[in-house]
Amino acid sequence: MKLGWREMPIAGVMFQPGSSAEYKTGDWRIEKKPLIDQERCIRCMICWLICPDVAIERVQKPYKNYQESLKEDYYHCKGCGICAAECPVDAIEMVEESRVVP
Amino acid sequence: MVAPKDLPLQELYAPGHRLCAGCGPSISVRMALKAARGPTVVVNSTGCVEVSTTIFPYTAWRIPWVHALFENTPAVASGLEYAYEALEKRGARKGKVDIIALGGDGGTFDIGIQALSGMLERGHDIVYICYDNEAYMNTGIQRSGATPRGAATTTSPAGKVIPGKRGGKKDLAAICAGHGIKYTATASIGFFTDYIDKVRKAIEVDGPAVVHVLAPCPLGWRSSPADTIKLAKMAVQTGIFPIYEVVDGKYRMSLKPGKLLPVEEYFKLQGRFSHLLRPEFKEELEEINREIEGNYRRILGLAGEQVA
Repeated sequence: MKLGWREMPIAGVMFQPGSSAEYKTGDWRIEKKPLIDQERCIRCMICWLICPDVAIERVQKPYKNYQESLKEDYYHCKGCGICAAECPVDAIEMVEESRVVP
Repeated sequence: MVAPKDLPLQELYAPGHRLCAGCGPSISVRMALKAARGPTVVVNSTGCVEVSTTIFPYTAWRIPWVHALFENTPAVASGLEYAYEALEKRGARKGKVDIIALGGDGGTFDIGIQALSGMLERGHDIVYICYDNEAYMNTGIQRSGATPRGAATTTSPAGKVIPGKRGGKKDLAAICAGHGIKYTATASIGFFTDYIDKVRKAIEVDGPAVVHVLAPCPLGWRSSPADTIKLAKMAVQTGIFPIYEVVDGKYRMSLKPGKLLPVEEYFKLQGRFSHLLRPEFKEELEEINREIEGNYRRILGLAGEQVA
């Protein structure tokens, strides 16, 4: 988003809520990215809740007995690794950035 | 206690903000907004969260948000409360609006405490959340009134002259509870369900309420970004940051008092305390240990619990 001085809102008021979502913070990751093992995951949703960048999404995609799945959002993930550290069943692994994931 | 999977799916706090990887305050804000019960307005004092979530022309907030200066966040929030009241009287709008005032530890413990005291004394229906990362992280890690004893910051460097910060941390919960308000709590992002519950209780209370939440800062604490939640948990388990509620002047511990973890385990993970583990700072470490235990026992005493 680029604005000239004519289009600038008065007093810097922002009219579009949550517009930062279009900004890519995913390229902040240096080496590792999280990868969720859907098989091991027990859907406790802890990783979803504790992510500082809202980068783990709950998607309505059934997997075996579960109604929901968790999905990594690599567009916003900054690669801090909190999700992998806090997962109670070690279902999240920090893998090399270069690894191709489905 | 609400389970993480039962929390609302709606994200009032958007991704794409420029807070550091592994930012504790970011987690604390996101969790607090999960406890929102209806129309909510946030008044944010200057600090990391304010600066990094609203870099022009972007904003990470999906609810009305006002930036106030360091010293007047509670005052602006008070004014907003009156404004909504006036609008309702005039028939211009209907329904309750929850106002959350959000400040960092610098804006709460040092610069904004006067306005905070005024807000509590006047009895506005506002929730004040202080996200405490224990120094002025936004401007480059200067010591604040919330920095614990012995922590090295750029304005209290550990060396031959001083062993990190001299003096302890202010007891914000006691200061706020001293105003005779209905609800004060300390929380930690490491115990997230407890924290979200506390914010919800604070919102539901009619009158001012304060939640003081510990939010580790990987940059300023010089810890690994992946350890943010772990450190927030350990701070409670070592007794450095006991979590409790003060409801109508009555203290209640949020965790059953058990055996405390050795404080060295917590210090080991952080660069700002690394000097304390060296032999020349042995006395300082003992002093800190005594202080932590004394403080923990004092709070257990206030809550009427037996010392384990």
